Amino acid sequence: MTPLLTTKGLSRNFGGLRAVDNVDFTLMPGEIRAVIGPNGAGKTTFVSLVSGRIQPSSGAILFDGADITGLPAYVRVRQGIAYTFQITSVFANLSAYDNVALPVQRTLSDGRSKGAVRAGVMSALERTGLAGRAHMPAGQLSYGHQRLLEVAMGLALKPRLLILDEPTQGLADSEIDNFIELVRDIAKNATVLLIEHNMPVVMQLADRITVFNAGRILAEGTPEAIRDNAAVQDAYLGTAP
Amino acid sequence: MSEASPAKAYALHLGAIALLFVLSFLLPEYYHGLLARIMVLAVFAMGYNMLFGYVGLLSLGHAMFFGAGLYGAGLAIIQLGWSVPAAFTAGLGCGAVLSLIIGLLALRSTGVAFMIVTMMFAQVFYLAILYFAAWTGGDQGMVVPQPARVLTFGGTSLDLTNPTVRYMSALALFSLVLLMMLAIVRSRFGRVLVAIRENEERTKMLGYDTFSNKLAAVVVSGTICAASGAAYALLFGYVGSSFASVQYSILPLLWVLLGGAATTLGPLVGTLFMYYVIDVTSGYTSAYLLIVGIALILLVLFFPRGILGSIRQRWLGWLP
Repeated sequence: MTPLLTTKGLSRNFGGLRAVDNVDFTLMPGEIRAVIGPNGAGKTTFVSLVSGRIQPSSGAILFDGADITGLPAYVRVRQGIAYTFQITSVFANLSAYDNVALPVQRTLSDGRSKGAVRAGVMSALERTGLAGRAHMPAGQLSYGHQRLLEVAMGLALKPRLLILDEPTQGLADSEIDNFIELVRDIAKNATVLLIEHNMPVVMQLADRITVFNAGRILAEGTPEAIRDNAAVQDAYLGTAP
Repeated sequence: MSEASPAKAYALHLGAIALLFVLSFLLPEYYHGLLARIMVLAVFAMGYNMLFGYVGLLSLGHAMFFGAGLYGAGLAIIQLGWSVPAAFTAGLGCGAVLSLIIGLLALRSTGVAFMIVTMMFAQVFYLAILYFAAWTGGDQGMVVPQPARVLTFGGTSLDLTNPTVRYMSALALFSLVLLMMLAIVRSRFGRVLVAIRENEERTKMLGYDTFSNKLAAVVVSGTICAASGAAYALLFGYVGSSFASVQYSILPLLWVLLGGAATTLGPLVGTLFMYYVIDVTSGYTSAYLLIVGIALILLVLFFPRGILGSIRQRWLGWLP
C-alpha cells in the first residue's frame, strides 16, 4: 500500500536554529497518528511544512506518492491536506454559517446550486454540534465552540489528511469527551495527524505515536510501546522509572 | 450576511433607484444637474468600495482608473471621432487593461506598501497626461464638443447634453452598477473577498488562491471606476487632468468612509452627503472647507463605521 504521506530528509532552519532536522516520516492511509514532544520540539513547524504554510530548507514531501514539496499551500489543500490552526483563527466577523460555507462552496463540484452549499454547511455544523449557532458571528462563540468550528471548517474541505494542531487546548473536560468521539468519526473517512499535549486524549485516540525532540524523531510506535519507552520517558516525560 | 433577507435587500435597492427616478421630475434645475453628477461619482465610489470595503485593500491610486475611463472615452471621441457607445467601451477597456497591469504589479505588496505603490503609479499616469499635452490638452484638458455627444440608435438620437437624458443616463449606469455590486456581495466570490479581508492566511488554508481573487477584485474595481470616468466625459463633456490627480484618489476614500465601507449603498450616501455639506456651507462662508473638516471629524468620532455602516451595526443587521 502507498503511504498517504512521506517526508524524506525534511529540514527547516530558522537562522541558526534547526527547528526540523532531517525528518523521515511515513503515514499510512486510515491511521490516527499522534505527534507529541516537548515545547519547541518542532511539531508545529513539521506540520506547517506538510501543509505548505512554510517552505522546507531541504528534503522532500510526498503525498499519495506524488512530490508536493514545491506546491503552494492552497494547491495542497485542494489535493486533500487540511490544516486546523493551533491558535483559533476562525473569521470572527462572519457567521458560523459563512465560516463553513467558504470551504464547502470550494469543494462542491456541481458549481452554482445554493441548496447544495446549505446542505453541506449544515451537515458539517451538525457533526460538530454547532447547527443551532449557525447564524451567530463566530467571534461571539465560546472558545470551545470556536475550536469546534475550526474542525467543522477542516471537515468541510473533505480532506484525505486532516491535520489537527492542539485541538483540545483550552477545552473543558466534558467537551474533550465529545471531541474524542468526533475525531473517531472523522477517522472513518480520513487520515488524521494530531498534535496533542493532552496524554489521555493521545492514548485513547492514536493508532501510533511519533515523538519529536529537538527537531528529530525520537521514537515511533504504538501507544503502549511509547509509554514503556525509556528514552521517551527520559526526554519528554522527564521521570526516570 | 449573504443568506439573510434577500427580499428586503432587493426591495431597499430598487426603492432607492425608484426614488432617484422620481427625483428627476421634482428637483429644481441646479440640483437636478448636481444629482446627475453625484450619481456618476457614486459609481466611482462603488468601484473604490469594492476593493477597499470588501477586500480591505486601501489604494491611493484609483484616480488613474477614473482617468483611464475619462481619457479613454474622451480621446476616442475627440481625437479618433468615435461614436458614443464605442468611446464608452474604449474607456472601459482602458480601465480593465490598466487595472490588470497595476493589479499584477501592486498586489505583490500589502498594507502601507500597497498604498504607496498605487499612489506612485497614479502619479505616473497623471504626469503622463501632462507630458503628452499635444493629445491630452495637458493641464487645460479637453472639451468634448456638443455634436459628438449624441447617441444614435437607428432612427432616434439622444442628445446627452439634454438635462433629462443626462440624468437618466447617469441613473441607468448607477442602477446597473449598484445591482451588480449587490449581486457580487451576495455571491460566492463576495464571500471569498470578505474572507481575504478578515484573514488572508486562513483563506489560503481553505484552498483559495487569494492572489487570483484579489486580482479579479482589482480589475472589477478598476473597470467600474473607468465606467464612471467614461460616463463623466460623455455626460459632462470635460476631460481634465485634475480628475487624475491625487485629490481624486482620496475623494472616493472619503466618500466610502463617510457612507460606510463594505455597504452597497454607502458610496452613494457618502458622495451625496459630502456634496450636500459643501453646497450648504459654501452658501454661508468662503471658509466652507473648515466646516466640512469639522463635519468629517464629528462623523468619524460618532459614526466610525460611516453612516450606513453604523446604522447596520446598531439597528439594521440585515443591510447588505
